[in-house]
Amino acid sequence: MTERDANETVLQVNGLCVSAQNRKRQLTPIVTDINFSIAAGKVTALIGESGSGKTTISLACLGFARAGCVINAGEVKLGSVDVLTLSNAQRRAIRGKDIAYIAQSAAAAFNSALTLNRQVTETAVINGILTQTQANEKAISLYRELDLPEPETIGDRYPHQVSGGQLQRLMAALAMMCDPRLLILDEPTTALDVTTQIEVLLSFKKLIRNKNTSAIYVSHDLAVVAQIADEVLVLKEGREVEFGSIDNIISNPQHEYTKELINAAHVMPEQLPESRSPLVDGDGLDALPLLIVKTVTAGYGRSHKYLALHDVSLEAYASRTIGVIGESGSGKTTLGRVISGLMQVKTGSVALSGQPLDDAINLRDREQLRSIQFAFQMADVALNPRHRIAKILGRPLAFYFDLPQQAIDKRVAELLDLVELPAEYAQRLPRELSGGEKQRVNLARALAAEPKLIICDEITSALDTVVAKSILALLRDLQNRLGVSYLFISHDISTIIKMADTIAVMRKGRVVEYGTTPEVMTPPHHEYTQLLLNSVPAMRTDWLDNLQDNTFSNQ
Amino acid sequence: MTLLRLIVQRLLLGVAILFVVSALIFIGTEILPGDVAQAILGQGATPELLENVRIRLGLHDPAPVRYFRWLGNLLSGNLGTSMVSGADIGQLLGERISNTVMLASATALIAVPLAILLGLLSAIKPNSMTDRAISAVSLSLISLPDFLIAIVLVMVFAVKLGWLPAIANLRPGQDFFTVARMLVLPVTVLVFTVLAHMVRMTRTAVINVLSSPATEMAILKGVPRWRLLLVHALPNALAPIANVVALNLAYLISGIVVVETLFNISGLGRLMVESVTTRDIPVVQVCAIIFCAVYVLLNLLADIVAIVSNPRLRYPK
Amino acid sequence: MKTAVPKVDNALPASGFKYLLSQLTLTPILCLLVLTGVLIVVLFAPLLAPHPEAAILTDESFSLPDDTMLLGSDFLGRDVLSRLLFGARVTLSVAFAIAIVAFILGCSLGFFAAVKRGWVDSVLSRSVDALISFPAIMVALIVISSLGSSITVLIVTIALIDATRVYRVARALGMDIVVQDYIEAARVRGEKMGWIIWHEMLPNALAPLAAEFGIRFTYAILFISALSFLGLGVQAPQADLGVMVKENMQGLLYETYTPLYPAVCIAIVTLSVNLLVDWFLKTTDAALPDEL
Repeated sequence: MTERDANETVLQVNGLCVSAQNRKRQLTPIVTDINFSIAAGKVTALIGESGSGKTTISLACLGFARAGCVINAGEVKLGSVDVLTLSNAQRRAIRGKDIAYIAQSAAAAFNSALTLNRQVTETAVINGILTQTQANEKAISLYRELDLPEPETIGDRYPHQVSGGQLQRLMAALAMMCDPRLLILDEPTTALDVTTQIEVLLSFKKLIRNKNTSAIYVSHDLAVVAQIADEVLVLKEGREVEFGSIDNIISNPQHEYTKELINAAHVMPEQLPESRSPLVDGDGLDALPLLIVKTVTAGYGRSHKYLALHDVSLEAYASRTIGVIGESGSGKTTLGRVISGLMQVKTGSVALSGQPLDDAINLRDREQLRSIQFAFQMADVALNPRHRIAKILGRPLAFYFDLPQQAIDKRVAELLDLVELPAEYAQRLPRELSGGEKQRVNLARALAAEPKLIICDEITSALDTVVAKSILALLRDLQNRLGVSYLFISHDISTIIKMADTIAVMRKGRVVEYGTTPEVMTPPHHEYTQLLLNSVPAMRTDWLDNLQDNTFSNQ
Repeated sequence: MTLLRLIVQRLLLGVAILFVVSALIFIGTEILPGDVAQAILGQGATPELLENVRIRLGLHDPAPVRYFRWLGNLLSGNLGTSMVSGADIGQLLGERISNTVMLASATALIAVPLAILLGLLSAIKPNSMTDRAISAVSLSLISLPDFLIAIVLVMVFAVKLGWLPAIANLRPGQDFFTVARMLVLPVTVLVFTVLAHMVRMTRTAVINVLSSPATEMAILKGVPRWRLLLVHALPNALAPIANVVALNLAYLISGIVVVETLFNISGLGRLMVESVTTRDIPVVQVCAIIFCAVYVLLNLLADIVAIVSNPRLRYPK
Repeated sequence: MKTAVPKVDNALPASGFKYLLSQLTLTPILCLLVLTGVLIVVLFAPLLAPHPEAAILTDESFSLPDDTMLLGSDFLGRDVLSRLLFGARVTLSVAFAIAIVAFILGCSLGFFAAVKRGWVDSVLSRSVDALISFPAIMVALIVISSLGSSITVLIVTIALIDATRVYRVARALGMDIVVQDYIEAARVRGEKMGWIIWHEMLPNALAPLAAEFGIRFTYAILFISALSFLGLGVQAPQADLGVMVKENMQGLLYETYTPLYPAVCIAIVTLSVNLLVDWFLKTTDAALPDEL
């Protein structure tokens, strides 16, 4: 590696515009007038929510536009060369060699039919930069640098034979093969589990620092970006909102939207929310739990062959929230399905208001069905795309309460009002709503049944942070007004802490820690709870560096 | 090893399917009609005569016994005799099989590579002029009955221009040039009938592979187009393409039956049609078994190609 | 997770049908016109035909077109035009019956298997696999060899063959829909199976199923014509497009176009349906990107 001049500008983007082109060749702008530059060895982050054009910009830096899009103005200067004016062959020659790309989902971006080594070394070898033998040696040293297990042989495997976090790091090795001048990382940790995310982030940071590479880091998560970026470009709807050094953006945001983003970020609250007093019944005694899940074991396959829940017990109280936290494979969704009757238990029982619930849904009576409602994670697929909102909300009313049409119409309007949507939305189809609006309808459908308990399965995790924050506020507001209780399932411990009165931490189908929020949050923590807590980046630039000394140093 | 076990499993399944197929053919031809003796002798037959034939054919035995006797005979190479001509079926088949195989393999040799090529061409640039032209032509070809294509070709090349014979009277001892000249029209018609489906399905399969994030990644790391197609896309498209080819054998078989009748080619397909017309059940059974067995075996082959080309199965976790 | 997929067309119209109308171009309009014409022929053939289908009007085979016989005579001296009208009526109504039967059978079983899963699905799917391991023409030939070729046998046999294909499409569609959360939502609500299939699943499968019906219909036309052409379909005195091609094949030697007319009629109908389906698939695909 030759030392590069610190003041040298590696990338200069001027007046970049990208538009979508429909079949009639009409253009709709996606990205408008973007300007930024990156100095040698520096990392610039592109921050924004979905639809902000951040991925489009990063791809345009490679001179690439996805099908249906065209780059219609501006220049992207890599050194002194404008990437956008190059011929296809010339662009191909700089891709991978001078600018390298790390895709969001390595699992999808690796070709499943080729060995990892072949894909990692391909660019270097076909461009004649290295021979195959040299490239293999270099790959092994990169694997070692990225803390991959068995660096000598891991490259002989196929993509399906390694884990998601490892694939993401292999993708980094692929990108660094030709020592590119610029590295583009497109949400490289978003698809990973929270604990894996930090490990991978650490590897990336180490790599970028060691190689002194310039990078563009695309993300929706300001706290993650704070750990790795020097400068930040905040984007909204394809336009620049604010540009500045990371310290300035975090500590002194100028623009309203940036402030909103910082406010909504998934970071640990400064202090725990005030714990609510335990409920009392009419006689002043402690209230009985609304829902009791008792030593439930359940699984998938014939006669519960693949167990997803082992001996799970928990209780939920009226007008309170129980948070269930865990990573993928922890069994948290299975728990929700068991309670709602979508899945049967192997052993154990579920009881609502003291009455045992039958585990088969068709054996529960209408009252029991009505009492427990389910709000799904993906509002996109939870609402029938062919039904108007009036029908989506009206059906539970007709089903549970046998209301006449007139009463249904009136109630639908009330429900829409309850979730802060205009009454005209009743005549719309789901696809005419935004993601956040769909999630509100999803919630309104659950509320239509006037349930005692709503199971909220990751209902905010597919949403942008600002929208998610407003949904959480709505949930709390509804609880105060209607006294409904929630079983709040999430992988994000910062959200759980803000929402829950009691917390159950789940791992591999077992509850590893269970108690009121203050209890769970007060040290000493269970080892796994500690790991989860350590995986939430804080909104400061030195969080990751400090963390290295603690939990992840042994990884 | 998993791969080997999967292949063996598939082979055993293939054998099982062949059994089921043979049983269904037997049931379809022997049990449904009620009385074969009646069928042979016609409505005017006397009861004694009918009874004689029934005893001679062993029709009084229970169906499973007759099935296994028939299957045993088939497997030992005793194909039986034709009810209509009394000829030995084995002899009847001899040269007809070779004619049909010649027709089918000539078609496959031309159609399969051509279809894959055209499918790839239109998949590389969806909605380009090439793609639209190929799509329009293949859609039209799918819509045309095979005899329409045949009639037009015969009208132009045999009747008007007189370049090629209108019928293909294949006989042993003809030299290569004569045979080739006679086969030009039938093979062309067959290629047209199977090509269109194969092109469309190959296009879909390749587009599926090309629209994956892995392809975008390959572009973004500077892989040239030819390499993208041959090294990155083709291994992934192999399984679906093999599947497409196997699926279209069904069209080839029905095409063969029509084309052999149209061009008067003495082959298995025409033999079968004639036997169905005269209700020569033993011949129908043998022909059906041969066609179905070839179909099942080639489908099996496609399955195995799909298994072998999948690294997830070749190298389990 | 999520990528910023550009939405080109933000203002999607509310009604799918209105949208389809707005997307009509020349080709689908032409196809619709042709098919309307064909429908009129099928319904009113006896009124439209200038002569009875079996009447022998001249002793000249393959006579040239004149005022009484607009398309000339066939090999027996019958009016080709009249026979075409009657033949189209037979071929198309038989094909339509086949497609309808195949569709009702295949769709209901396919959806049933998708919703029920478990052993119901296994039994149905394995039976269909067994039937599909025969090339379609073989099944037809085997059945015809034993039962003869009456119209009923033809319709039932080909419909059964076709139903296996419809079953696969319907089951795959059903499987895709059944795992969607809105079906789950209906089940948590406690809805009955019938309601779920009718109200939640069917509306979402309608577009691909409509396209599939078009494809099945053309397939049935081609199949029944091929059988008739082989002499194993609709039987000779009755006019049928495939039969007409077969009867008049010798006309090729006299350089007449007679065998071409029925073949072209078939091609016009199948081509129109296929083009319409193609347009429909492309249009609905573009209109409902989040749903397919």
